Amino acid sequence: MLVYLAKRLASLAATLVIASVVIFAVMEVLPGDPAEIMLGTNARPDTLAALRADFGLDRPAPERYAAWVAGFVQGDLGRSYTYSVPVGELVAQRLWVSLPLAAISLLLTVLIAVPVGALAAARRNGPADVGIMAATQVGIAVPNFWFAMLLVFVFAVSLRLLPAGGFPGWGAGLWPAGRSLILPAVALALPQASILARVMRSSLIDALGEDYVRTARAKGLSRSEVVRRHALRNALIPVLTIMGLQFSFLLAGTIIIENVFFLPGLGRLVFQAITQRDLIVVKSIVMLLVASVVIVNFLVEVAYAAVDPRLRRRA
Amino acid sequence: MYRRLMQHLVRGTAAAAVSAGILLGTPALAARTDVILGIRLEPPHLDPTAGAAAAIAEIVYNNVFQGLTRIDRDGTVKPSLAERWEVSEDGKVYTFHLRQGVKFHDGTTFDAEDVKFSLDRARAADSVNPQKGLFEPIDTVEVVDPQTVRITLKRPSGSLPFSLGWAAAVIVAPESAADNKTTPVGTGPFKLAEWVKGDHVTLTRSDGYWGEPVALEKATFKIIGDPTASFAALMAGDVDAFPIFPAPENVPQFEADPRFTVVVGDTEGKTVLAMNNGKKPFDDIRVRRAVSHAVDRKALVEGAMYGYGKPIGSHFAPQDKGYVDLTGKYPFDPEKAKALLKEAGAENLSVRLVLPPPDYARRGGEVLAAQLRNVGISVEIVPMEWAQWLSEVFRNKNFDMTVVSHVEPLDLDIYARDDYYFGYKDPEYRALYERFVASTDESERLALLGQLQEKLADDAVNAWLFLLPKIGIWDARLEGLWENTPVPANDLTEAKWRE
Repeated sequence: MLVYLAKRLASLAATLVIASVVIFAVMEVLPGDPAEIMLGTNARPDTLAALRADFGLDRPAPERYAAWVAGFVQGDLGRSYTYSVPVGELVAQRLWVSLPLAAISLLLTVLIAVPVGALAAARRNGPADVGIMAATQVGIAVPNFWFAMLLVFVFAVSLRLLPAGGFPGWGAGLWPAGRSLILPAVALALPQASILARVMRSSLIDALGEDYVRTARAKGLSRSEVVRRHALRNALIPVLTIMGLQFSFLLAGTIIIENVFFLPGLGRLVFQAITQRDLIVVKSIVMLLVASVVIVNFLVEVAYAAVDPRLRRRA
Repeated sequence: MYRRLMQHLVRGTAAAAVSAGILLGTPALAARTDVILGIRLEPPHLDPTAGAAAAIAEIVYNNVFQGLTRIDRDGTVKPSLAERWEVSEDGKVYTFHLRQGVKFHDGTTFDAEDVKFSLDRARAADSVNPQKGLFEPIDTVEVVDPQTVRITLKRPSGSLPFSLGWAAAVIVAPESAADNKTTPVGTGPFKLAEWVKGDHVTLTRSDGYWGEPVALEKATFKIIGDPTASFAALMAGDVDAFPIFPAPENVPQFEADPRFTVVVGDTEGKTVLAMNNGKKPFDDIRVRRAVSHAVDRKALVEGAMYGYGKPIGSHFAPQDKGYVDLTGKYPFDPEKAKALLKEAGAENLSVRLVLPPPDYARRGGEVLAAQLRNVGISVEIVPMEWAQWLSEVFRNKNFDMTVVSHVEPLDLDIYARDDYYFGYKDPEYRALYERFVASTDESERLALLGQLQEKLADDAVNAWLFLLPKIGIWDARLEGLWENTPVPANDLTEAKWRE
């Protein structure tokens, strides 16, 4: 087990090193100069040079890479060029929008997908199933930003029930802040829920064909009781696996959705930082995301190995 | 901290109660003292001496920070922190007399030392001032006494009072200058109350303000980037005003609604179809003149700007003193354009037209491309984001044509610069410009401005298109906002609600 752990840890470290080099290199070749963006068209060459020196951009690339990695490891994500505040502070502020948004949409996804998928499976080939399959097909096909605009048009512009965008901050109160997350969460959740509902349906249909279902029916349990007490639980395992995968898609989806709704979240921060060439912010956030995905994968692998000794030997 | 929070809560509740009263139709007893303005872009920070973004000045200029002089709503120079000033006979020595009893928001006193500090800081070797060029003519800044500053120039300049009115020339204090990006400390009628990143910036009235008391107690700048969302926000009453409204297509709906005032004013934004004078084919004046004849400004303004925007014929805003109307210089004439191209041996031209992100450029570029194709120039449209535009077009001059709006006021100097992106190098123009800069005689200056415009138009350096309009939409009961933007600003010193 120790050898296995050591091997896994080494590969984790190697992945992170490679990722950091790639991220740094991509930021290097990106055309555009943060100082030019800051100082505009009337800037003089000496002012631009002074600002670049201020940002530390006058030093050679390997030196800057080393400084960035050393800071990162110690938890110092650097200082934003544009906002001139620590990147860590910016990220922490933005997470207060992005994490609740992701959590709400994940919750919505599950609340929609599980009952709808179960219903479709239980009424297999019936009109409800056909209707649900058609609806989820549309849900998968429609891009979420387009769906978001539709929601704004209906609920904000026409009905004026919810704000069209923006986020007043949690300081404004739970409801004022929460209600501005409703439309974005729905827009994010529906395509995901469509996928998950289809997974739920096929997984439940598989489960319903298992021997233990037949046995339970033979024991005299009603059809709905069998679904509830036996099949559903087993069918949830693949659903959970897919949900895990969906979380990273959710993070990517927030970049688009946060821009449509003007939410000051992590996604919009990254987007703005790219257009303003606030490269230190982009680098550090992307690296943070890569690290969290890689570390979660590592923990999952270790957990699998702990449960299943065969995996240890194969590795 | 706690007290600040409570004050904030009390104010917030009071404001909510007032607006609730209006919504319910009950007569409000007193006029409102808060205002919510929509702005399109979030400022990167709030220090106008360290960033060029117009969004910075649109929040802090004359509200939080003030200069020795200020640019007023009609573009004229007015006294601000300097009560008055004199200029020596030779135009090289300016003496500014400062206002007494002025304090910064942190309680420190404003005096001549602050002026010297601010101007020296902007001129220093390590200065990151976006308009460092404004201070270039300054030789020395001396403190005569706490209330008097003497500025000696390297050469005579009549533009100094105007230059000192720019947002980049505001006076800051040595005690607070380093932190002005996040906690701006100025001498203005408003101070920063809070900045919820990505959503809004709130200013509140500063108690010890030296000048005429302002009517507003609180001003919130709400960041709404999407044009559709800005329409919805005004209609729903989420914001009281959008001083620079980004969706011209929706203006008729506001004009038809008595709840709103619609003011179409002017900016200093001279929108140009810039040509790379430094390389083929636009190094040939005949080709540039052909392009000028090929452009139908009227159709362009209709097609790309929904009819808003005055056509211009040279690099000068019509509302500024010294303007000469040169829009008739190159009338729309495709046949003439074709003939000129033929004469220059430039038939079957194929060029790249680079378009930065603003709508005026993207929409305008489509229309222009069609007009150029009409005279036989084949145009490839290349959209670019700002960062790329700045490095590819502006710095590396790797372009044939581009569409961009030059928003700085009275910026004829760009045509006299070495190494500017459109590559115009004309000794005659430069000599003329030198004379203009050195002149301190008003009538001579105006005459020279006219000659400069004519020279540019004659050389067809660029094809000048239209002046960027400032479409302002606000609650009909709100008064005192600026109709025009001679400089990027939302000066709220005269804004108030009608009782």
